[in-house]
Amino acid sequence: MVGSALIAIFKKDISLAYRQLAELMQPLMFFILVITLFPLAVGPSPDTLQRIGGGIIWVAAILSLLLGMERMFRDDYADGTLEQYILSPTPLYLIVVVKVLAHWLMHIVPLFLISPLLALFLNLTMDMYVALMLTLLLGTPLISFVGAIGVALTVGLQKGGVLLALLLIPIFIPLLIFATSAIESASMLLPYHQQLATIASLLLISVALSPMAVAYSLRVSQN
Amino acid sequence: MWKWINSFAKPEKAYWLCSILLPWFAIVAVVSLVVGIIWGLGFAPSDYQQGDSFRIIYIHVPSAILAMGAYVAMAIGALVGVVWQWRTAFMFMVAIAPVGAVMTFISLFTGSFWGKPMWGTWWIWDARLTSQLILLFLYLGVISLYAAFEDKQQAGKAAGVMAMVGVINIPIIHFSVEWWNTLHQGASITKIGKPSIAEPMLWPLLICILGFAAFIGWVTLIRMKNEIILRDMHRPWVAKMFGVIRPEKVRRGDKILGDSDKPRGGR
Repeated sequence: MVGSALIAIFKKDISLAYRQLAELMQPLMFFILVITLFPLAVGPSPDTLQRIGGGIIWVAAILSLLLGMERMFRDDYADGTLEQYILSPTPLYLIVVVKVLAHWLMHIVPLFLISPLLALFLNLTMDMYVALMLTLLLGTPLISFVGAIGVALTVGLQKGGVLLALLLIPIFIPLLIFATSAIESASMLLPYHQQLATIASLLLISVALSPMAVAYSLRVSQN
Repeated sequence: MWKWINSFAKPEKAYWLCSILLPWFAIVAVVSLVVGIIWGLGFAPSDYQQGDSFRIIYIHVPSAILAMGAYVAMAIGALVGVVWQWRTAFMFMVAIAPVGAVMTFISLFTGSFWGKPMWGTWWIWDARLTSQLILLFLYLGVISLYAAFEDKQQAGKAAGVMAMVGVINIPIIHFSVEWWNTLHQGASITKIGKPSIAEPMLWPLLICILGFAAFIGWVTLIRMKNEIILRDMHRPWVAKMFGVIRPEKVRRGDKILGDSDKPRGGR
């Protein structure tokens, strides 16, 4: 009963996202454009780009995910579905997990598909590229789960966009530090298991705790 | 006991407690700040390496410690508010947030002035400076989230969630930034065993910390009293306290507007 409800929500979210492909592509375009700006700003020298490339991709990924995040609960809030979720016998905690996972899948797959191109743009080595992919794989769900708290808090506000960035960017700083340091270690052919393990542990903590906070925040927003 | 503690969830009881505590905090703050600052700036021995410029420690360290302390206090207030549904706990949270933010700013500002003669630069991306800067951003996030809501009851809950998320994050941020880069000198007072600061320098510092803590409490209590009055403006007990009894309220009895949190009409 609970399982089928959750599967239905998952399917609904995925198919809704596919039918609004244009909206899905906007954060991705933004991601590519931000990265294109950097070689123009700091100069096209391959060495410089290689040194700062990992950091640039991560900053651009965080910003573009922040852009796309706003629509996680927005439509459900606008058409009253959220109220039904809160009233339904299915635990809101689980609904939140499913919704965040669906959102993450829809936003991260395009990012993954495009990233080989960007690695070429920024002259990353193969090792750096592998480290980038691994940190993105572990780090982006963390962004989605923690970010969902901010989205749930601001969903009822008309001008939530800038506020969302103000709330969430400070919280993503540890992730950024560990991810870029993993890429840097990879560029020097050093092991980077420690950084990956730290990101993974942060991810596990956030998966366990953040849906509770999101569920509470959604109830507050719905008032 | 539990019932007694819970009675402070009522605004009038919390207001009464604030009024009782306020003068004590004020006295402790004034006395210990005057003693600590005069002792620290005038009579404590100067440092053999840094000369007299180390004396800014008497402002820098208390503000830096208490910036974090105020954040933890704010998060505890948020927790109490969320778990036990105390309106007054959220009022406390709102009252202390700007005070803590200003403390964070003071510690960054004095640190910058200390850094110029010692490290030869105003700002450096060192671990402690960076995490203090992030702390300031966390404060501003809570304050601006609170300000974004019209309904202040809802705003309190939302900002409370943010404050708790922040307090879980502070150790993580601190650890990650420390690991990222370290230049700042190690902790002077809290080293287990013997503090690495000489005793004649330590005493005025401790007195200054006490003074700063009492000062924060003082300002927070004033702000909290203000917040309680502002939010409960339309309740009978406030009207009675200020001797303002509106005729239409008298007619309809004392109970009116007693059960709603939402401000009626314009502020």
